[in-house]
Formats: sequence, C-alpha cells, structure tokens
Amino acid sequence: MTELSVEVKVEFQRELYLGVAWDTANKLPVALLGISGGVDVEQSAQPVVRRTFDPWTGLSEEVAGEIADEAGLGGETLAAVSTTLVQLAQAFIACDAVIAEINPLVELAGGQLIGVDAHLEIDDDAVYRQQSRLRSLGKVVSTSTGRPPTPLELEAQRIDAMDHRGVAGRVVEFDGDLALLIGGGGASLTLFDAVLRHGGKPANYCEIGGNPTPEKVAALTELLLSKPGVTRLAVIMNVVNNTRADLIASGVVSGVQKSGRLPAEVIVLFRVPGSWEQEAAEIMAGAGVPVCGREVSLDECARLAVQGGSIDAS
Amino acid sequence: MLLDPQAEIMVQGITGREASAMVADMLEYGSRIVAGVTPGKGGQQVHGIPVYNSVAELMEHHQASITVVSVPAPAVLDATMEAFAGGVQLCLIMSERVPRLDACKLLVAARQAGCLVIGPNTLGLIRPQVAKLGTIGGRVDNVRRSYSPGSTAVLSRSGGMTTEIASFLTSHGIGQSIAIGVGGDPIIGANFSELVSMLEKDSATEAVVLYGEPGGTAEEDLAEMLLQRGSRLRINAFLSGRFVDDMEGVRFGHAAVIVEQGRGSIAGKQRALREAGVFVVERFDDLLEGLPAGFD
Repeated sequence: MTELSVEVKVEFQRELYLGVAWDTANKLPVALLGISGGVDVEQSAQPVVRRTFDPWTGLSEEVAGEIADEAGLGGETLAAVSTTLVQLAQAFIACDAVIAEINPLVELAGGQLIGVDAHLEIDDDAVYRQQSRLRSLGKVVSTSTGRPPTPLELEAQRIDAMDHRGVAGRVVEFDGDLALLIGGGGASLTLFDAVLRHGGKPANYCEIGGNPTPEKVAALTELLLSKPGVTRLAVIMNVVNNTRADLIASGVVSGVQKSGRLPAEVIVLFRVPGSWEQEAAEIMAGAGVPVCGREVSLDECARLAVQGGSIDAS
Repeated sequence: MLLDPQAEIMVQGITGREASAMVADMLEYGSRIVAGVTPGKGGQQVHGIPVYNSVAELMEHHQASITVVSVPAPAVLDATMEAFAGGVQLCLIMSERVPRLDACKLLVAARQAGCLVIGPNTLGLIRPQVAKLGTIGGRVDNVRRSYSPGSTAVLSRSGGMTTEIASFLTSHGIGQSIAIGVGGDPIIGANFSELVSMLEKDSATEAVVLYGEPGGTAEEDLAEMLLQRGSRLRINAFLSGRFVDDMEGVRFGHAAVIVEQGRGSIAGKQRALREAGVFVVERFDDLLEGLPAGFD
C-alpha cells in the first residue's frame, strides 16, 4: 500500500451503481444503473438496467429517465439520478473513457445523494487527445498487467519506443527458463498456449511484428536473455505479411552475441516464414541455428522448443 | 461475395510509405485500384494511380465503391465519413490504434449509409487469385505461396494468423474462397456473426475456419446466432490465449484481448461454440478435420 485516504463516514439507506461502458457486441456505449448492491453490484439479485445510446448525440434526459424508472426509482430521486447518469455519459464521451462508474452512489435518509467512489479509465488509443486532462491529474502510471511493471517489462517498453517502426516489446515476465521471441499478436497467444501444453516453462510472453528494426530486435533479445535462469531462446512467428524475416534474423543473432553467448547454443529454433525467408534462413544457418519453414506448424514448433528433438515436418 | 473484382477501389492515405507499398502489391495481385486520396497531395500519382485531395473530388472522376483506409488514427473518423458521403459500399480500415469512440461513431454512420466496414486494425481481406484489399499476405510471391483458391473461408481476429492458417490449409490441399482479418480491436465493423451470415449465401463457400481470441463476445454472438438459425456450413474453430483465462484483467496483444469479470474467457467461448455445433479444436494442427479438400 502506498497511499491511504481518510473520509467522513456517511450513514445511508441505499447504495446505487451508475456506470457507462462499451457494449462491444452492439458497438455502442451503454448506460448502466443498479439500485441495490453498490460495490457488490455483480452479486446483486436485482438486475442492472442497461440501455445503449448514440455516441454522436449522447444519452438524453428522456432515456436516462426511462432507465431510472425501469430500475424502480421515483420522484425526486429519479430526477436526480437520471441527471447524474446523463452527466456521467457526457464525461464518458468527453474523456474518451472505456469505463466510467460512480459506485456507490449512496442515498441518505433525507434523500440526499452522495457519490462515495468513482472510477474512470481512459482509452489508451485516445491518450493523445486527453493530454491536458491527464496533466491536471499529476503523476500518471500506466499498468496493463494489474500490477506495477517489472524492471524487465519497463525496459522492454523503452526498447519498443526506441523508434516507431514495428513492435518489439509488450513483454510480460513469467518464472521460466525458456525465453520466447514470438509474434505477431495472435501467434504469440497460440504459441504461449502450446508451450504450456507441451510442459514448457516460459520466461516471458512477448510480441513482435509490423517489421521492427534489427536494432530493436537485438535489444529485446539481449534483454530477454539477461533474465537470470534463462537458458534457451525460441524465435517463432506466423507466416509474416509485412515483417522482413531477414531483419528479425540479423537482430536476433546480434542480440545473442551482445549478451556474450553463442547463437548455436542459445537459440533452440528459428521459424519466421514469409517475406525474405530465404535470406533469414541463410543468416541462421551461418550462425548454426536450426531453422524451420512454414511446413512446421506453430504447435510443432512449440513442442520442439520445449522438448528438443528432431524436426518432424507434418 | 465481398470484393467483386469489377468494383473500383480507392485508397485513402495513398501517399503514405506503407500505403504506397501496399498499392504496388495490390495492383500486382489484380486489385482494381482506380484512385487515391491524400489531402494536399492532389495531382500526384502513386504507381500510376491518380491522387485527389478529397473523396468528393475523386468521385467526380471515378465510381469507387470500395475504399481501403490507411490514414493516421486521428484522421480515420473524418476519412471514413467522407467515404460514406461518397457512397462507398465496402470500407476496409487498416489503421491501428483508432480511439474506441471514433470507431463507434463511424460504425453508426456506416449503418446509416448502408456501408459494410471491415476493421479497424485489419491487414485486409483476400479472394485467392482474384484480388486483395490491404497488406494481407505481404509481397505477392508470399501471397501466392500462402493463399490458394478453394471453398473454405477463413475469418480471423488476427491478421498474422489469417495468413498462417491459409498457408497451413494450402499446404494440405485445402483452398480458400475468401480470407478476412476482421480486426484486432474491441469495436470493429463486420464480425463473425455478420460474416458467417453473408457466407451462408455464398455458393462458393462450403466451410469456414475461425480464429478467435480472449476478450469481447464475437465468438459467443456467433454461437447464439448458430443456435437460432443453424448453418449449412462446416465450421472449424481454433481459439488461442487459453492461458489468459487465468490472468484476469491483464491485456495481451490486441487491444481486445482481456478477460474482465469472467467475460470473454476462452473456456466460455469454446463451450458456447461447441454447443452451437462448431468443431472446436484444442490444437492448431487439428484445424483441417472435415474441410473440403481440393482446389477449385
């Protein structure tokens, strides 16, 4: 724990939940209202009332009133809650939020409403146009793993930001001995699953793609190998569309060398089929690294990376 | 079927470095690009294709019904609104990192304009040996090795895996009627349910291979639709990211890949699809089961 907030205690008769989020199935923002449960809204027996709205025009007072009515509110509470919901929806749109919640909004015995806690998350992809709001908050720490990033993850972020060409970062650290230099996004998920299924112990999740520079790949390779206990590295990508396989190959070899090791001893296999695959294969063959082509499936590559053994092209 | 080879195609953001390389590959593969747009660059040419300052100006000279959008993320909303006003029927958005609000706004406008949107954050779609939209497959020699014509459609939430799957099918003698990267973002245009509905009416397609990921409800929505309406298509699905189920709240890869409050888990998606009659495989290598062999 790093900070503690002390507040005045309030006695209330009812806890409400107000939220605005994205309904990804309907591709619209959705306003949410629960009149019981508050912080335990997910366990509440009373259903949360949901209503999508048009992002161009926002949530109207009329629709907010219908939501409050459907939730079972009446009189002055209905009016106050629906106005608050309209304003929350306005803030959601204006702040490029992915979720905005007042939870709980408590109703005192006299009918007065107090927002006890609120939560708003900004869309990572809209941060560029929310700079002045973010600055007004002071210190901002971005976390995507639900815990503070490790030094290795932070260093990977720095490497990825070295230049704008391609992705060579997005590392999540795990406690294993097999370093993974994998990509793109979907193949990384596929490979990580397959490595676990074959009994492997990954040292990291990562993602490369979009044609990163050899410098970025080299720096990331060196970083992954710097983790204590890492003995092997597997380099596996799907059939690449835009990434140049030879640039990945030269980056990997240079990164391993910078870490003071020999590519032939560390890299268990290299599989980056697609554009410039022939040139990539030559670089790897020159360094004594086993190369797989597209005929060796992602699953088989994961097995080979974990168990070693001969390459069985299925 | 999407991507009528006779339809005229325009590229918005055509003078960008990536877009220019994409245009060369698309032309070489047979895609009928007639013009491009980059504000302030009207009068230039890219690989012999004329560039206009706006969609309105372009439409005075051409009848483009398809647009490929490859502009910086902050410009995507305006670019697509221009395209809808110009009357395009298919809009493929390659741009990555489009704010969710902008994606949602443009999809509302697309529905009103009657335009089908693929993306944002897609590498594109391809009809093997007919034409392709976007950078899907990369260089033409790689496209020809990976994609082959046939009767299995590929629908994928990952651009890279679209080509990986097609290449795997091709190497086992299974050709593709169409392959579509639907886009890796949480809010995208046409998703699995809409596309499977369209493929249902396509006589060239007999089977579908789906690639899904954690997060969102695209797989669950498809399962619900299949339970209600059934399907004549053989549907095989492979879902990656099972390990993410145990790591609630952690975001991997695509922006949509996050499991929140138990929603969007791979286990849940697999269960829903199986109950709807989809053949769900645990291992990528088992994806071939029951697919129609042979090329057209």
